[in-house]
Amino acid sequence: MAKYLLLKHYRGAPAAVNDVPMEKWTPDEVTAHVQYMRDWAARLESTGEFIEGQALAPDGTFVRSDGEGRPPVTDGPFAETKDLIAGWMVIDVDSYERALEVAGELSAAPGAGGKPIHEWLELRPFLTEPSTITE
Amino acid sequence: MDEALLRSLTPTVIGILVRRGADFAAAEDAVQDALVEAVRVWPDDQPRDAKGWLVAVAWRKFLDATRAESSRRRREELVEAEPVPGPCETVDDTLRLYFLCAHPSLTPASAVALTLRAVGGLTTRQIARAYLVPEATMAQRISRAKRTVTGVRLDQLGDVGTVLRVLYLVFNEGYSGDVDLAGEAIRLTRQLAAMTRDEEVAGLLALMLLHHARRAARTRPDGSLVPLAEQDRGLWDTRLIAEGVDVLQAALARDRLGEFQAQAAIAALHADAQAAEETDWVQIVEWYDELVRLTGSPVVRLNRAVAVGEADGPRAGLAALDELDPGLPRYAAVAAYLHERDGDPVTAARLYAEAARSAPSLPERNHLTRQAARLNALLRG
Repeated sequence: MAKYLLLKHYRGAPAAVNDVPMEKWTPDEVTAHVQYMRDWAARLESTGEFIEGQALAPDGTFVRSDGEGRPPVTDGPFAETKDLIAGWMVIDVDSYERALEVAGELSAAPGAGGKPIHEWLELRPFLTEPSTITE
Repeated sequence: MDEALLRSLTPTVIGILVRRGADFAAAEDAVQDALVEAVRVWPDDQPRDAKGWLVAVAWRKFLDATRAESSRRRREELVEAEPVPGPCETVDDTLRLYFLCAHPSLTPASAVALTLRAVGGLTTRQIARAYLVPEATMAQRISRAKRTVTGVRLDQLGDVGTVLRVLYLVFNEGYSGDVDLAGEAIRLTRQLAAMTRDEEVAGLLALMLLHHARRAARTRPDGSLVPLAEQDRGLWDTRLIAEGVDVLQAALARDRLGEFQAQAAIAALHADAQAAEETDWVQIVEWYDELVRLTGSPVVRLNRAVAVGEADGPRAGLAALDELDPGLPRYAAVAAYLHERDGDPVTAARLYAEAARSAPSLPERNHLTRQAARLNALLRG
């Protein structure tokens, strides 16, 4: 089994094929999209491949230490940040091919006009624990 | 097995162990162990005297744990002595535990966890599931909380407001996973209300009952939110509403108003309306004025602007909104609603989309996105 992170981006991914902001869809299209996402996760849960998913707010802050005894300094949010993560799913699947397959299903969620969004998702393998048997 | 009975006995049994000489942390651990054993054993062999069984098993667990710490000889001598049956002070014991678990030295998250375990009788695993954190994280939070209140004297009660804030937090978390936190908060507040005559305890209980009554109407089967005005009022639980109104009226009659009573009064006025159009918004605005006076909270002022919009028209609502900080959570959503009612769908659609971007939860984001989508579809014709 191999674990993968599936990243959705607010910004930073190449433009989707069906690239229309959600508030320009019809209400029924929004509902259909939400339902598709729920069904997708439920299906992966039933196959024992879903670990977790979270959505992130678009506003974030950069923060770093400013030395001992001083409060941390913050910066941002930056309106022009190139890469802005919208959320993630963690899956545990048998192969890279299977990871591509389920990511493809997620990317095909319906959007404007009821047509698949064909959104770009980023697939990142987890680094693993070292194997017990090495030779 | 009667899990509700088991859980309701938890604070009593902790209290009994403490009076026999155990310190709170050890007593709480022992009772938790006894609960876990009860869950295992009771389905096949339910004891006739549930409380007696729990006390006996918890006391044995306490002795075992104490003996295991061989260096603590003095305590061992103490517990080996025949326990003196203390006077029956069950109510006071339980009440003291509420205050201990909500002690001001605890962070809100710690107070919530400790209350659910020591007063609510939930297991660490159940609490962890309810708050979607790993069990080890929750176990650590609880043991730290117990260390924090070590040395707090159990014979003094504190400000009941701290207890109410903890119960309010539990209720507001709603329900996730297999534990119904809202139901649990009601049970604990009901139990507290039976032990005190505080008007605000009654106010919080009424507030919870009146909101809980709407639970079935609040979401659709697909998880999407239904705004109050669109809820099927036939789904509201009339028994809970009747109880909430009774509790509230008894509290208000004692004429010591507080914020929970005022919030409950607003919820009662909503519950009173057979249809959304019949809502008595004028009275609701008056209660919001009371709430602003009591709390000065900007969130209350924001909700008041909505009520003013209903009572005196959207222009008045927008004027009330104008006095508030646009950075407030849900400000854009309220502004969108009032602009739509004022006949400006273009501004409303833009604000709904803006509100969706800053929504604090996915169901709210989806709801606000749908509102923007609805208006944009309307504008396209």
